[in-house]
Amino acid sequence: MKNHIGPAIRLTLVLLVVLSVIYPLVIAGVGRLAPGSGKGETVSINGKLVGYALVGQKFTEDRYFNSRPSAVEYNAAGSGGSNKGPSNPDYLKAVQARIDTFLVHNPGVKKEEIPVELVTASGSGLDPDLSPAAAKIQVARIAKIRSISADRLNQLVDEHTQGPLVGLFGPSTVNVLKLNVALDALK
Amino acid sequence: MSTELLGVLAMYGLTVLLAIPLGKYIANVFQPESANGPFERFIYRIGSIDPTREMSWKENLVALLTINAVWLIIAFTLLMLQGILPLNPDGNPSMTPALAFNTAISFMVNCDLQHYSGESGVTYLTQLFVMNFLMFVSAATGIASLLLIVRSFLPNVVTTVGNFYVFFVKAITRILLPISFVVALLLVFNGTPASFDGKDRIVTVQGDTVGVSRGPAAGMIAIKHVGTNGGGWFGANSAHPLENPNYFTNMVEMIAQVLIPIAMLFALGYLINRRRFTWVIYGVMTVGMLCLLIPTLITEIHGNPAIAQLGVSQSTGAMEGKEVRFGPLASGYWSIMTTIISTGSVNSMHDSSMALSGTMELLGMMTNAFYGGCGVGFLNYYYYLIIAVFISGLMVGRTPELFGRKVEAREIKIASIVALLSTLLVKGGVALAAWVFVNYGDANWLVKPSAWLNNPENHGFSEMLYEFTSANANNGSGFEGLGDNNFFWNYATGIVLILGRFIPIIGPVAIAGLLSQKKYVPESSGTLPVDTATFGLMTFAVILIITALSFFPALALGPLAEYFSLK
Repeated sequence: MKNHIGPAIRLTLVLLVVLSVIYPLVIAGVGRLAPGSGKGETVSINGKLVGYALVGQKFTEDRYFNSRPSAVEYNAAGSGGSNKGPSNPDYLKAVQARIDTFLVHNPGVKKEEIPVELVTASGSGLDPDLSPAAAKIQVARIAKIRSISADRLNQLVDEHTQGPLVGLFGPSTVNVLKLNVALDALK
Repeated sequence: MSTELLGVLAMYGLTVLLAIPLGKYIANVFQPESANGPFERFIYRIGSIDPTREMSWKENLVALLTINAVWLIIAFTLLMLQGILPLNPDGNPSMTPALAFNTAISFMVNCDLQHYSGESGVTYLTQLFVMNFLMFVSAATGIASLLLIVRSFLPNVVTTVGNFYVFFVKAITRILLPISFVVALLLVFNGTPASFDGKDRIVTVQGDTVGVSRGPAAGMIAIKHVGTNGGGWFGANSAHPLENPNYFTNMVEMIAQVLIPIAMLFALGYLINRRRFTWVIYGVMTVGMLCLLIPTLITEIHGNPAIAQLGVSQSTGAMEGKEVRFGPLASGYWSIMTTIISTGSVNSMHDSSMALSGTMELLGMMTNAFYGGCGVGFLNYYYYLIIAVFISGLMVGRTPELFGRKVEAREIKIASIVALLSTLLVKGGVALAAWVFVNYGDANWLVKPSAWLNNPENHGFSEMLYEFTSANANNGSGFEGLGDNNFFWNYATGIVLILGRFIPIIGPVAIAGLLSQKKYVPESSGTLPVDTATFGLMTFAVILIITALSFFPALALGPLAEYFSLK
């Protein structure tokens, strides 16, 4: 035991320098070449920063494409899911309430058309995306409020739909922040 | 949905394709004649380590435990003082002793249970000097432990089993550091932060003022997967959009965490020159993995039956706790891989998984030997192997032996103790927790026992079962609804973590050390061949029976009961 304490301490110190100082500094250095300089890519309107491209935001107003429910209210100072189990009665009541609210705000939509991600919270509470179906189900509402044709809005959703990775792997997504920024820019 | 399935198949396929050459590379790194480079020699010189010195299995274990103790002291001290130390741009506080105890142990043992949230509970200093550091060294400890048993498979009778320090240092310099570096760069160029800037404050499009946590995260997120650690930079782990920005990074992180566990198997095949033997083991582990994975994928695609009754469309599957960019299949795949290989990172919230998936996640941790963590995965499999050899020996009426060495009472005793220990730790722990919950609901802790559970009934029980199972398996994922930052959970799981880490390392290393000192009897027609499908099936049966007997009652009270109540 005793003759291993010295080597243990010295080995630890040299590895701390390599792994905890040099390694992160090199990555931070190379990261300056990445989009957003390794600080997170931002989205701005007329030079004013309105968000981080990858971090979802709360959109609850009827004139925007609404984002998913969030357990942390989209405050990225923290993150997390609801951690509600599938059989939890209170949770199921909350989902029912979200369905009812959605139907009130989107007259004409049938219950069985509502994609489940619109009434369930994401894992991070910061989900930046919707499925294309979850965006398009909101088009009629927004078209009416903004007096823009539904066709134009559907087209906007399609333009902002990110297909599967290299066309093969994973689901299609729509970044809600970018979609809404583009929506505001529509004349 | 078909592109999602294709994504899962691609993730697994690429993992195996990469693991085969990596296994060969790892074997070359650790061949006895493989030279040390200038970087390693520099590290040995500073550490005053003689890389040519051979040590017995006992001395190697002493070296391993001593250096782990040094890390524990450093980690505990830094966590207790982080609030007043530099590199704390967000002004986060120091940890309480109970939380620091749990966190320091948890990262030292390659588990990464996190009873704090990364955004508010730690500083950039501790993220780098405690989390990031321990992620490297605990993974290297696991790999080195596996290498300590290699000689027991070789014909020579030996009293020394190698040098822990050499295995340990080379695991970092030749394997973990280079792979992590590549993964980190892939993450950075896809949007994961790497700079030292602190939390940002922004006003959103709708006018809300919110914070956005950041930091030098990419490097840590890389080793978190490469070293099968699993602790997230952010609270939501790899569900967080900065920690895992898109489907590509999801594939990278997923492949990175399964890569070394599978490659270590192939490396072992080269090192002991019995590649058929390790392919059979790979087969057993893969069958085990599929038994857990397939039901999970099916249940997640079908969605939550209780939500189906509410009448909405579940064409995207079960989405509570899941991210749109991954979908239920990539999330289900992740939840099984991360629980069988002891990473414990998550890209969806397991607490909200379907009941059957929760069962499979728990089973993955309870067996803990399908691929398993960096190095330690095979060590866990090893004691199942020893028991399988023993039982088969009894069945055919021959002295049980493994590669020319008699397996006798002492070895079986050690293997059985290790196998039974996990049952004791998990079920004993849950029983204690349930007792406290029922009898001391008002205990004046940071979280009162009556407020521990985020879900009622069977699912609440599952939350407690999951926490102890995860601690014992050194996994680190959680049913995170559990209010675990308090006296009881911090200390109880802290103790389980240490026992669940070091006993399954000490046991197999001791067995192998004892075996390698025994007389070598060349294999003959009377030898039970262990590199056949029959013996693979036998081992699988042993794993199944031990796990089922140990844990079925607990599973029946938790996720299984919930599953049947939802039908």
